[in-house]
Amino acid sequence: MNRFLLPIAAFALLGTVLYIGVVRSPNKSTMASALLGKPAPAFDLPVLGEPGRKIKLADLTGRPWVLNVWGTWCIACREEHATLLDIGREGRLPLIGLNWRDDDEAAQQWLTQLGNPYAVVLVDREGRTAIDFGVYGAPETFFIDASGRVQYRYVGPMTTDVWKREFLSRVRGPALP
Amino acid sequence: MRIVTLLLAAVVLGTLTTLALAIDITVLPTEELQQRYEGLTHEFRCMQCQNNSIADSPVDLAAELRRDVKEQLLAGKTDDEIRASMVNRYGNVILFRPPLSGSTAWVWIAPIVVLLGGVVVAFVVVRRRSALVAGDDTPVDADEPR
Repeated sequence: MNRFLLPIAAFALLGTVLYIGVVRSPNKSTMASALLGKPAPAFDLPVLGEPGRKIKLADLTGRPWVLNVWGTWCIACREEHATLLDIGREGRLPLIGLNWRDDDEAAQQWLTQLGNPYAVVLVDREGRTAIDFGVYGAPETFFIDASGRVQYRYVGPMTTDVWKREFLSRVRGPALP
Repeated sequence: MRIVTLLLAAVVLGTLTTLALAIDITVLPTEELQQRYEGLTHEFRCMQCQNNSIADSPVDLAAELRRDVKEQLLAGKTDDEIRASMVNRYGNVILFRPPLSGSTAWVWIAPIVVLLGGVVVAFVVVRRRSALVAGDDTPVDADEPR
């Protein structure tokens, strides 16, 4: 019996390692952003539906805000849209949209048809800002604190639960109007 | 004759498939830049299809990352600066060969430890076997009372 002890122990160890690997594999919803705790990347982007107007990172810094990356080609974005509308109505945090690799007309039509949860929507036609944020799939939602640092990134359709647990809980200081 | 035709068809099909797999047709102004470009794009993982490099992946995000590599090369960035810019945005996971640092150390050390373990086991087994007397069919373990 003794002679089997070591192989069985080794097998059990290997099995445990593989099990952990499978269960905790870096799937889409668990990969942490490389930007956590770091300043958000600079950008200067046109605003959807307001020709000539541009918004840059500095314009948004000073209070916490949320960046939601979306596109009309993204099916999961449609899925989260109702939740975003609730969040927009709630108004605790400014919700800034990043319209990623999309068509202006299609994006505006989407907002007209489904409702517009965003304070403002930035247009990232070529996906440059999305790359700077380390985006690899839509929807992705970032929490950026008052000092302009990325504090959290959620990958996948937003839910009320995630919103309360990961976003509202990060708002420090006086409650927002 | 039929076999020859079949073989020919296979060769032609094979060539076509290879051509279709050439995803990236970027050409940089100098041979040196081109080589660095090809080297770098094979080092970065496509974040949407994780076992492809951005050089081999047909998705939009990979094309955008290739564009980013190209632009940085043309702007005169070094390979290390380009690698750092990718890691800053996407994390070490974007590198197929993660650097040797605290959280990734085990990736590099584990294979060596396992290999050494195997060498030790092999050594012990060989030593035991060589201690056997020729023509003695008794199993090794039976020789040693426990």
